[in-house]
Order: sequence, then C-alpha cells, then structure tokens
Amino acid sequence: MRREGSPWQGLGPVFVKELSDHISSVRMLVLEILIIVIACAVVYVAIDGIRQTTAEDPFILLKLFTTGGSSPLSLLVILGFLIPLMAIALGFDAVNGEHNGRTMSRILSQPIYRDALLAGKFLAGLATLAIALLCLWLLVVGLGIIFLGVPPGGEEVARSLVFLLITLAYAGTWLALAILLSIVFRSAATAVLVALGLWLFLRLLWPLMVPGFASLISPPDPRYVLFGLPTPATVEWEHMLRSISPNELFNGAAISLLAPDTRAIGTVYMSQLQGAIMGSPLPLSESLAIAWPQAVALIAGVIVLFVAGYVVFQRQEVRA
Amino acid sequence: MSAPVIAAQGLTKRYGKATVVDGITFDVAKGEIFGLLGPNGAGKTTTILMMLGLTEVSGGEIRVLDHDPVRDPLAVKRRVGYLPDQVGFYDNLTAADNLAYTARLMGIPARERAKRLSDALARVRLADVAEKRVATFSRGMRQRLGLAEIVMKGAEIAILDEPTSGLDPQATIEFLEMIEGLKREGVTVLLSSHLLDQVQRVCDRVALFQGGRIVLMGTVAELARQVLGAGFVVEVEADAATDLVARFAAIPGVNSVARSGTDRYRLTADRDVRPEAARAVVAANGALRRLSVDDPSLGAIYARFFQRQASLEEGARDAA
Repeated sequence: MRREGSPWQGLGPVFVKELSDHISSVRMLVLEILIIVIACAVVYVAIDGIRQTTAEDPFILLKLFTTGGSSPLSLLVILGFLIPLMAIALGFDAVNGEHNGRTMSRILSQPIYRDALLAGKFLAGLATLAIALLCLWLLVVGLGIIFLGVPPGGEEVARSLVFLLITLAYAGTWLALAILLSIVFRSAATAVLVALGLWLFLRLLWPLMVPGFASLISPPDPRYVLFGLPTPATVEWEHMLRSISPNELFNGAAISLLAPDTRAIGTVYMSQLQGAIMGSPLPLSESLAIAWPQAVALIAGVIVLFVAGYVVFQRQEVRA
Repeated sequence: MSAPVIAAQGLTKRYGKATVVDGITFDVAKGEIFGLLGPNGAGKTTTILMMLGLTEVSGGEIRVLDHDPVRDPLAVKRRVGYLPDQVGFYDNLTAADNLAYTARLMGIPARERAKRLSDALARVRLADVAEKRVATFSRGMRQRLGLAEIVMKGAEIAILDEPTSGLDPQATIEFLEMIEGLKREGVTVLLSSHLLDQVQRVCDRVALFQGGRIVLMGTVAELARQVLGAGFVVEVEADAATDLVARFAAIPGVNSVARSGTDRYRLTADRDVRPEAARAVVAANGALRRLSVDDPSLGAIYARFFQRQASLEEGARDAA
C-alpha cells in the first residue's frame, strides 16, 4: 500500500530548528572551543617544525595537516580522534530526546512523515559538523599563510578541500551511528555510553586484535615464515579487517590526499613500485584513485547506518 | 445527523498475540464532544493513535474526515489537532518559539503565522507569557499551550488525550470551558479521560472502553437507562394530611415509592415525573417544600456496570 503526500514535507523547518539548536547549544560551544584550541596548538607546533626542517616542498600547506613538528600529534591524528566525539555529541539524543521530552507524538501529529524528522535531524547535524570543519580549515590555511608566508597553490587547496569532504564523510559515519543508537535506546545515557564504547573499541582494541584474527582466518605460510617474511594473504586480511574501523578508512584516504607521494594504502606490491620514482608526488587524479575505495566505504557506512536507523524508527511505536 | 467525521468499523490493533483494540465500531458526528472512557490500558490511546495514522491498523477500517489515516496520514493530520497525554514542549525554547516551530511544520504561510500564533496564545490566556521559556510553565499552562497549538492549526477535529489529569480544580474548570468554547466554534472534540464527572459535564456522547472493546456507547441518559434500569429518581419533600405514597404510586411511569422520615419520598420512575408529583402534592392540599431529580451520574453507571460484570464473571466461573 502506497502512502500519499511527500516524505520531505516539513524537512526544512526541522533542519532549521535542529541546526539553530546545535549552533546555540552549550554542548557544541564547548566542543568547538576544544577542537579549535587543540588544532591551533598542534598547527602552531607543526609550523615551527616545518620552518626548521623543510627546505623546499611544493605541498608545504598540506604538511600542516600531516606533521606534528616536535610532537607526535598531527592535526590528522587529532581530527581522527575528536571528530567521532563531536559527532556522537550531536546525535546521541536526537530521537530519544524527543521521546523523553514527550514532544515526539506532538510533532508527529503535525502533517509530516517521520522521514522528514529523521532526515532533518541528520542533515542538521551534518551541516553543523561541516560548518565547524570549514572554520577549522580556514583557520589552518590562514595560520599557514601568516606564519609560513607561502601562498597556497591550486592543487594544495583542491587536495585539502577533498580531504575536508572525506573528513565530513567520516564525521557522518559517526553521526549516523549516534542517531541509530538514539533510536534503539530510549535512554540517552545508554546511547552515549554504547557510542563511546564502540569508539574506544574501534580506536584502541580493534587494531590490537586484528593480527590475531587475520592469522586465524589465513594462517601464515611456513615458507614465508622461514624467511621471516609476512605472508601476503595474511597481510591482505589484516588490511581488510583493519578497514572495518572508520578511523582506519579515514586515515588511509586522508594520507593519500595530503601526502601526494603515497602510492598505495596497506600492502604495497612490487608491481606498484615498478618505474616509480620514490618520493615524487602523484597527480591529484591518481591520489583520488587511491583514496577512492576508502572514501566510498565511508560514504557507504553513512548510508547503511542511516538506513538502519530509518528502518528501526519507522517501525517504532510513538508512545513511550 | 450529518455524515460522521470519524467512522471506525471493526477497528483492531494487535501487538504480537496481545489484542489491544478488539474490533471496535463507532461514529462521531460533526460538532459533538465524544468521550472515550475507561480504565488505563483499555485501548483508548491506541485507538487515538490509529485515527492519526501514528500506529498501524491490524484490522478493520477507520476513516477520518473521509480520509484513510493509514494511506494518507498527512491529509488527516493537516485537519486534526492532537493533544497527547502529558504533552511535552522544548523546554529551552519560549512558548511562542515552540508554536512557531509547529506552525512551520503545519505549513502555515509566513504572513499569517504571527497573527495566528498570537491569536491562539490569547485564546488560551498565555499571551503575557509568550516570551517565557516553557521550562518555567506549570502543567496546566503546558496543557493550555497544547490547546493553543490546536487552535492555531484551525483543526476541525480536536483529539484530547487525558487533558485534565493532574490539573488542579481551578485549572480543570478553565480547561473544560475552553473545550466547550471549541465546540461552540463547530470543532468536533474527542476527549479521552478516566475522570468521570468531567466527561459527564462536557460530553454529548461517551463510549466506555474495557479490555479493548467498547462495552457501552451513547448519551449519559441512555447509558443510565441501560445500566441502572429506571433512569429517574425524584425526591419530594412535602407535608400533607393524606397519605402521599398512594397518590405518587398512581402516577403513570412510577415504579416504586419509598418513604423516608415523615415527609420525604423517593420516587423511582422511567421518566421525569416532577410535574405530576407536584400536582399530586397540591391536589392532596400538601405543602411542597422540595422537588428534585437526581441526574444519573456517570460514576454510578460506571461502578454499577463493572460490578455487574464482575458478578457475571463469577457466575460463569461457578457454572463452570
């Protein structure tokens, strides 16, 4: 049976309301200050390092994202760490907050479908993240211009903007996950704990567990072990299992864009090195081709998680 | 009677094996106040949610304003206002902002919005707190704000779920007056409640729910005749030289006469026999001091009905 009327009716008002809620909320303010202060500090240290060590580099602006100067923390690492936190903070009470505030049935009795409510919330969260990331990007580029005194080249800007989009997809994955959890769990505290638990697991434990699982699935070949070499099949599995974590996908895609001399993510084969001049940069299109699988996986993650939330939400009863 | 605005035909709702609403059939005519009565968990709220298309219908059919809420919920929700049980608002927003958000969701054109919003707030006497945050509102004020939303929508049907539970007596009286005001404007009101005297005060017809079925339906007088038997109890207080009992008993329609004290009589009759009783006292040269008729109370009907049901069940158990 088909329903009548547009599922997008009411999307605009929901989007505007949620966006203004996010932007004016104290929660967002704290997170934005946190990110900006940390990012500025990291970039400042990186600039210091670049000034002292780098002689000449056509992609000096991109170095701001990937090197940490004297500290092991680069902006890339910081973003990989903090963005999930920000996305979770935006989404963990998206739906259960409406239930707990008893506003859900009142809002849904207005002439809108649930689609509009959920999509509006998701898009507003994404827009908030996009605004924050864009501010951060401008800040980094601005600091770079002021302290390094080098105007950014066209390719650098293009690469860093694509990186921004990939960061947004990474943030979207965590936002969609947080919203899914806010649908599944009626208590906001449970949703945020589960989200943070998953984040810690994927960030800290999963990388440690991957080698074990990989050698279980594809035991190392004794012929390789004999020479003290890793078995290619096992390494492939390791790479694939590692890619379950959005953080790994984000890092891979980001590195291939920000470090133009990246030739492969994960295992590098002899065929890929044939004729390559080590350390020479690839053109943007080639870097995009390398980042493509990771980027697609991240976007697919966003869609799958959002659709899962959508399905659960459509079937959920309105009354508490 | 014009065509019904709400028509349910064998409406059924099942959750798994449990049947919450079990084949109910009822009509609501335009402009009447229809009461849904019954203990908690009898299926009143579920019935309401099915009318609004907020929960799926398992069987039977329902039409609201000649639309099918399952297929075309937006058309129904555009013309029906709903005040949920313990309505919630966004606490961090002002009363006016809360209504402005729902006004946008309703699709009220921008140029009309401000006027309809302030008119609605004035109607429920919240105009002076329009710019206060809803967090500071009492329960009664929240209920009134919910009613303002329905007024602003210009709804043809107002569905109110337990609107007066938890209100103090003064707030209750005010709220019931506002409901009667809606009726005067030609709005059909569906009122669910377990507070019997309030339902009796405002409702034209009531449906008594029990275990997901409608066990009684009609005007209060009709129900009284069905449940309490003879509908009218007339009390007479009069002095007379001759015996009044025989004279009262001779009035057509009187079933029994009881004498309490020296000058008090209690007549049970099929109809209102006050004129005849007065004439009888005067004819006996008596002094008529008081003449009153007991309105059958919904409370008495309710209590008697469930008593009878319990004894029937007991009888059935004994027979088994």
